[in-house]
Amino acid sequence: MSRTLQAPVTVAFDYTRSTGPVVGRFLTGLRDGIVVGGRTSTGQVVVPPLEFDPVTHEATTEFVEVSSVGTVTSWTWVPEPVKHQPFDRPFAFALVTLDGADVPLLHALDVSSPAEVSTGMRVRVRWAAERVGHINDILCFEPLAPGEAAATAPAAASDEAVEGVITTVSLDYDYAASPEESLFYRGLNEGRIMGQRCPTCQKVYVPPRSACPADGTPTAEEVELSQTGTITTFCIVNVPFLGQKITPPYVSAYVLLDGADIAVLHLILGVPADEVRMGMRVKAVWKPEDEWAYSLENIDHFAPTGDPDADFDTYKQHL
Amino acid sequence: MGKQPAAIIGVGQTHHRAQRKDVSMAGLCREAIDRALLDANLTLDDIDAIVVGKAPDLFEGVMMPELFLAEALGAAGKPLLRVHTAGSVGGSTAIVASSLVQAGVHKRVLTVAYEKQSESNAMWALSVPLPFNMPVHAGAGGYFAPHVRSYIRRSQAPTHIGAIVAAKDRNNALKNPYAHLHNEGTTVESVLASQMLWDPIRYDETCPSSDGACALVIVDEDTAKSSPNPAWIHGTVMRSEATTAAERDQVNPQAGRDAAAALWKQAGITNPLEEIDCAEIYVPFSWFEPMWIENLGFTAEGDGWKLTESGETAIGGKLPINMSGGVLSSNPIGASGMLRFGEAALQVRGAAGEHQVDGARRALGHAYGGGAQFFAMWVVGSEKPTN
Amino acid sequence: MRDVAVVGFAQRQMPEFDGSPTCVELLVPAFKELYEQTGWTRKDVGFWCSGSSDYLAGRSFSFVQAVDAIGVIPPVNESHVEMDLAWAMYEAWIKIQTGEVDTALVYAFGKSSAGVLRRTLALQLEPYTMTPLWPDTVSLAGLQARAGIDAGAWDERAMAEVANRSLTDAEKNEYSIRKGGSSVEELLARPMYADPLRKHDCSPVTDGVAALVLAAGDKAREVRERPAWLTGISHSIDPMGMGVRDLTRSPSAQRAGAALDLGGVEVAELHAPFSHQELILRKELGLGADVAINPSGGALTSNPMFSGGGIRVGEAAKKIWSGEADKTLAHATSGPALQQNLVCTLEGKNN
Repeated sequence: MSRTLQAPVTVAFDYTRSTGPVVGRFLTGLRDGIVVGGRTSTGQVVVPPLEFDPVTHEATTEFVEVSSVGTVTSWTWVPEPVKHQPFDRPFAFALVTLDGADVPLLHALDVSSPAEVSTGMRVRVRWAAERVGHINDILCFEPLAPGEAAATAPAAASDEAVEGVITTVSLDYDYAASPEESLFYRGLNEGRIMGQRCPTCQKVYVPPRSACPADGTPTAEEVELSQTGTITTFCIVNVPFLGQKITPPYVSAYVLLDGADIAVLHLILGVPADEVRMGMRVKAVWKPEDEWAYSLENIDHFAPTGDPDADFDTYKQHL
Repeated sequence: MGKQPAAIIGVGQTHHRAQRKDVSMAGLCREAIDRALLDANLTLDDIDAIVVGKAPDLFEGVMMPELFLAEALGAAGKPLLRVHTAGSVGGSTAIVASSLVQAGVHKRVLTVAYEKQSESNAMWALSVPLPFNMPVHAGAGGYFAPHVRSYIRRSQAPTHIGAIVAAKDRNNALKNPYAHLHNEGTTVESVLASQMLWDPIRYDETCPSSDGACALVIVDEDTAKSSPNPAWIHGTVMRSEATTAAERDQVNPQAGRDAAAALWKQAGITNPLEEIDCAEIYVPFSWFEPMWIENLGFTAEGDGWKLTESGETAIGGKLPINMSGGVLSSNPIGASGMLRFGEAALQVRGAAGEHQVDGARRALGHAYGGGAQFFAMWVVGSEKPTN
Repeated sequence: MRDVAVVGFAQRQMPEFDGSPTCVELLVPAFKELYEQTGWTRKDVGFWCSGSSDYLAGRSFSFVQAVDAIGVIPPVNESHVEMDLAWAMYEAWIKIQTGEVDTALVYAFGKSSAGVLRRTLALQLEPYTMTPLWPDTVSLAGLQARAGIDAGAWDERAMAEVANRSLTDAEKNEYSIRKGGSSVEELLARPMYADPLRKHDCSPVTDGVAALVLAAGDKAREVRERPAWLTGISHSIDPMGMGVRDLTRSPSAQRAGAALDLGGVEVAELHAPFSHQELILRKELGLGADVAINPSGGALTSNPMFSGGGIRVGEAAKKIWSGEADKTLAHATSGPALQQNLVCTLEGKNN
C-alpha cells in the first residue's frame, strides 16, 4: 500500500478574456489575415502591440500593418511537445521579426528537424482557414523559399472588431492526500470515521491533520469516532447553483461527532429543512457498500436519531 | 530608527461592474492607477516601487499576472512585490506598501489590487473540485451562513438586523459613482422580501461579483508636504489563524480581536467607538457588520447589532460604516480590501464626495479573508500621528 | 537601517514528494529544525511570511493550510507572497526595518511534480497572445540560450562548464537531486534535448520546502556567534515580452546588483535554472573569476519551485556562519528568462 492516496485531477476553465482596445486591434487584424503592430513613442514597431508605451506609459494608439513574412531571430527545438502547443509532434518555437516590425513575435515554426532551422532564415505566416480573432489564427510560421511570396489568408467571416477571446486553461495534476488524510479516506472506504488526537493539546481531529492548527504538531493517536453527533450550526440551502446534486431546499450543517473536538460539514436529510435545529442529534446514513470509495461521500447524509436535542452549553464552544 | 511616517496622497478606483468588457486586465489596473496618480499629482516615473495584490490566480487563469503586467503598470525597472492573502489581500497589500515607506526604504510607493472575476466563475475558482474531497454542496454563501446563524443564536439579535445593514449599504452606494450596484429604492422591507438563499442569508444581503481595481499612492513625510490633504497612517495590523481548528470561535475570531486590540494600541486609541469617526469594514454578507463591530471592540460582545439597529452606523450616526456602499455594493475580491482602506483614506482627506462623513478625522479600514481567519486593518487620520 | 541577519535555514528537496500539495508534512520538520538551530519556539517569531503558488498546487488558497504547520493559536502576524521565498524574506526584512518586529520566520513550498511543470509555467506568460501557444519554460530558455550563442555572448562549451562544475559540487550537497560531474567533453558529447539545450543545461523538476530565520541586532547575536548580516538587498523587474527584451541580458539583475556594494564577495549563490543563465548573471553582477559560484551545486542540480531562490540565501548564509567566507552574495529569480531578480549580500561583520 502506498503511503498516500493519489488520484489525477484536471483543473480546467475556458476563460473569457476582454482584450481592451490594443490587444483587440491585434486580434481583429489576425481575424482579417493581417498582422498589426503598434508604434511606440520612440518609433519602434512592436508586434503584438504593447498595451501601454514603455516610456510615456500612455495607451498605444498608433497601429501599423506589417508583413506576414519575416526573419527568424532565435529559435529552439521542442522535442517533446506538451498539451495544447501548436503541434503534437516535434517542432520549433521561433522569434520572428516580421518585415516592417522592429522586434520579434513568438510563434511555432513548422519544420521536421532542427537541421531545417537557422537564425536568419526567412519564414512566412501560415494562416488558419477559419479565423476568429485568436493568436492561433496564425497556425504557425513556415519556411519561405527564395522567390516565394507571403501566403494569402482566406477571407474573414466577420468584420466586427474583436473585443474578447476565449482561452482554454486545462492543467492535469496528480493530486495526493496527506498521510493523515489518507488514513481518514481509507477508513471511510471501510465504513469507519477515523480521527487522530493531537499529542500536544489532546484534541481529536477529524479528519486528522499533518499539523494540528493550534500548535503545529502532527496529530497521531488514532481514534475511531462515533457515527452519531450533534448539529452545532447549519444553513438551509434554497439556491440552485452549478454542479448541485440535491434539489433545494436542504440543510448543510456542521456535525460534531461524539468524541471529536471539531465538527465536519455534511448534509442533513430525512427531516424537513425547516425542522432542523441547532443541537439536533444525528447519525450517519451510509450509501450501499458497493458504492463506497475513498470519500466522505460514502456517508450519504446525516439523519435525526430522534434523541432529545443536546444542550446549547455542550456545543457552544464549537461555534 | 523606528517607523517613519507615511501618508496616502492618492486614491483611485475603477467603475466596478459585473463585467468590464471594455478593458483588459492591464487596462483595468491602469484606470485605478491613473486616477490615484492624478490625485497624488505624480506620474508613474515618480514611483519608486510597486506592490500588486489580488486573490487566487485561478480567477483570471494567469499564474502571477504581475509578471506580464509589469510593464503596463510602470513597474519595469523597479521593485515589484505580489501579495496574496485571500480576501484580506487588498488590505494586506496596502500594509506591505506602507511598510516600504515606514521602513525608510522607499519614498513613493504605488500599490494596486484588482480582480477581473468575469474572466471565469468565482465560485468555481474558489473551490476547484479535488479528488477525495467531498464537493461543495452549499454554494458560495453556504460557508458563512451557518456562522451567521451561530451569531444570531449567541447574540439573540432580531432577524431583521441583516436587512438594516443591506438597505443602508445599498443606499450609501447610490452616493458613490464607482459602486457596482446602484439599486434605487432598497428598503429593509425590500431586503426582507428578497429570496432566502442560504437561510439565514437573503439575496439582497449578499455581495455581487465584480470586475474592479483600486490603487493607492503612499509616500513619506517629505513627499506628503506636496499634498493638501494627506491621510496619515496611524496604525497597521495583520493577524492570521487557522481556517478550522478545534473550538475555534468562528463568530468572533481571536485573530480579529487580537488584531483590533493591537491596532487601537498602535493608534493610541483607548475607546474606538468614541475616537473613530467612521469605518469601512469588509462586510460581504450583511450580518458581518454587527459581527465585526463586536470583533473590533466597538461594542461589547453580543451588542453589535444594537448599534446597527439604532441607526448609528448610517452616515450621520455615531459610527458610520461603509459609507461607500461597501463590499455589499462592489466586490472585486482582490481589490475589496484595498477599497476599504482607500475609502477610509478618502474620508479623513475630506475627499469622499457625496458619501463624506462631516469632519471625519480618524477612520478605520478593515479586511478579512479565507474562512474569517486572515485580518488586515489600518487606522488613518487627517493629522500626522504624534507617537 | 536596522542590522538584520539570517540566523536559520532548513530545506527539504526531492524529485517527487508523495504527500499533499501544501507540503505541510515537510514544513513541520523544517520548522522543528529551525527551532533547534535558534533555540526558539514559535512564540519567539515576530512575523511569518510564506511564498507559494496556487497554480503549482492546482488549487486556490494552497497557502491557507500551510499556516497549520506554524500552529496558530494564539494567532500570528503573517503574510504571503505569490513569489519565491527570497521575496517573502524581503517582506520580512522590511517588516523588521519598520521596527514593528525583531524576528521573522519565512518559508516556501512547492510540489512541482504534481503537474507538468514546464507547461504549468506557461501560465505566467501574457495570457492573450502567448499562453495559448503554451510556450514551455524549457523552450523559452532555449530561445534565450540561442540568442546568446548567436550573439557570441557565450557558447555551448561555456554552458557545459557551468553544468560540469555544478554537478561536481552537488556531490557534496545532500539535498541536490541531480549530481555527478564528468568532463566538459563528456557533457558536450551528450545528445541535444531542446536544441540548443541538453538535459543537464536545465534544472531538474524538484519538490520541496525551505525556510529562513531573520533576526535583528542582539537577537541575531544570541542565536549565532557569526550571524550572516544582510548588508544589502535589492530587487527589480523587467518587461516580460520576449520580443522587447534583449534576451542575452538581464537588466533587472544588473540594477539589483548595482544598488549594492558587491566588492569583496567571495562566494555567490546564483539562482540560475538554466546553465546559460548563470553566465548572464555573472556578467550582470560583475562577478570575476575569483568569486566561487554556486558551491552548493546551485539550482541546476535542484530547484524546488518557490523555494529555489531562498535556498540560495540559505546556502550563502551557511558560508558566513561557518567562517568559510566573510562576504557572500545570494540571488533569486522569478518569471520567464530571468525577468525578475533579487540580490542580497551577507557578511560576517556588520559595519
